[in-house]
Amino acid sequence: MTAVQKTRTVGHADERRGAPPPEPSAGRPRSRRRRRTAGLTPWLFLAVPLTLLGMFTYLPVADMIGYSFTDWDGVSPTSSSVGVENYTDLVTEPARFEVFLVSGFYLAASFVQIALALYFATVLSSHTRFRNLFKGLLFFPYLINGVAVGFVFLYFFQPDGTLDTLLGMAGVDGEHLWLGDPDLANPSLAGVSMWRFTGLNMVLFLGAIQSIPPHLYEAAELDGANRWQQFRHIIAPSIKPVISLSFVLAVSGSLAVFEIPYIMTGGANGTETFVIQTVKLAFQFDKVGLASASAVLLLVLILLITWVQRRLVPEERVELS
Amino acid sequence: MSRTAVALKYLSLLLASAVVVVPLVVVLLTSLKTQSEVANDGPLSPPGDWFNFANYATAFEQGAMLRAFGNTALILVVSTAGTVLIGSMTAYAIDRFHFRLKKLVTGLFLLAALVPGVTTQVATFQVIDDLGAFNTRWAPILLYTGTDIVSIYIFLQFIRSIPLALDEAARIDGANSWTIYWKIIFPMLRPAMATVVIVKGIAVYNDFYVPFLYMPDPGLGTISTALFRFKGPFGAHWETISAGAILVIVPTLVVFLALQRFIYSGFAAGSTK
Repeated sequence: MTAVQKTRTVGHADERRGAPPPEPSAGRPRSRRRRRTAGLTPWLFLAVPLTLLGMFTYLPVADMIGYSFTDWDGVSPTSSSVGVENYTDLVTEPARFEVFLVSGFYLAASFVQIALALYFATVLSSHTRFRNLFKGLLFFPYLINGVAVGFVFLYFFQPDGTLDTLLGMAGVDGEHLWLGDPDLANPSLAGVSMWRFTGLNMVLFLGAIQSIPPHLYEAAELDGANRWQQFRHIIAPSIKPVISLSFVLAVSGSLAVFEIPYIMTGGANGTETFVIQTVKLAFQFDKVGLASASAVLLLVLILLITWVQRRLVPEERVELS
Repeated sequence: MSRTAVALKYLSLLLASAVVVVPLVVVLLTSLKTQSEVANDGPLSPPGDWFNFANYATAFEQGAMLRAFGNTALILVVSTAGTVLIGSMTAYAIDRFHFRLKKLVTGLFLLAALVPGVTTQVATFQVIDDLGAFNTRWAPILLYTGTDIVSIYIFLQFIRSIPLALDEAARIDGANSWTIYWKIIFPMLRPAMATVVIVKGIAVYNDFYVPFLYMPDPGLGTISTALFRFKGPFGAHWETISAGAILVIVPTLVVFLALQRFIYSGFAAGSTK
């Protein structure tokens, strides 16, 4: 960064102030920057990236929509069109809806997770001993390989395992089938997901909190505001965009849960999620048509959630000072 | 702040740290125990011999961990290098040139960021299969390099801060676009590259979905899939499974301790896009 800044000419010094626009072609053309108008050259640089983008993003989406109107099994050379049958199948069969209820557990867990992350980010942004140690400890689970996390918690939840032993010390006796009992399995798995992702949310919030100008706190302290009032009137409004982004990621993330339940229970005992169901339909039961329809539904849902969030919470900069 | 409030603050931090650490420490203890210790002692009891590494040897040899580390390393190096090249080229073309359809191209990359990979695998599988990449190391390499929009963003953000005067000066000296990209822009993108390499590297090292779906061949196991296969043969041998899990976690811990600062800012940049 410094090297670049040293070579800056004075004329460009205003460009890095504030947030850059989301895409370079947006907005007014910046008069000082003369870019080259060239025929073929940029396409040479874009050839490979665009090919990959087409092949692995747009072609699959288009194919998937195509498959979703057929009864293709993924192997045979022929398939016949079934119209919207796959879709009606998905929305009318109640068993297929249970996976959405499972997502509800993860969604509830993400709300708790966001609240916890906000609390710890606020605590760690003020003067605290061993701040970096706590921050590192809470963040580290996010970096751990998902399969390793799955095994760590499979052992943790064993009957008579770590959790039962700890509960026994606290006076709650008895064996629980944390992953075997359908009533306990989803909350247990959602708990693992909280364990993994709270630290990431916390680091995002911390980054946003640390960009708040310190004189605001000083002014608040002079006015006699306590820590809660500072949080309520300074911290929360300033980091609103990051909080709303976290909620969107929470909703779309809870619909796309796959790794932890697949590794830990394989979707047994009522823990099957939407993505596990789709993967099983496509690769175990060879119902590519039906699986595609279900994937298209998921994609539409996620795009809808993202769109609603962008409409509801425009990326406004909160002016505080 | 009152003394009670301060006490409560530290208590909550200690409690949270315990919640993070206890499950991991228990697995570490288990990995050092003998089979009979695991069967007879409680999960929180210490191992009889703190230097009993027999389980690690078993996990490493029978679990094919060495080959898994090799496969993961190869895939990681190639896809990270590919991501850096693709991302910096895209950023260079979009930021430094005017051309027709530029808005469309930028829009296509923008839109792709909204499509979660998890939803399209049903059809992506057919594309990979048609390419003949199924059950080869090319499948994850192609997917990791070809679907990383976040890296393109990181490069785009950074390339704007590189003055155009540099390009112009080089052009006056007779350099063509390729030379400018390779000799001037690419080296100056180093800070952005560090971010991309770290975020990408950790993502590839931890990914389970892609290798699980595209490389079922046991010889092509990555650390995720090789560890996942411990579930069958080692069924109830928690001491071996624990050793395998610790083997996978240790490299992450080492990288985290060495690159803490970069990792925080990298993930913050990567996820808020």
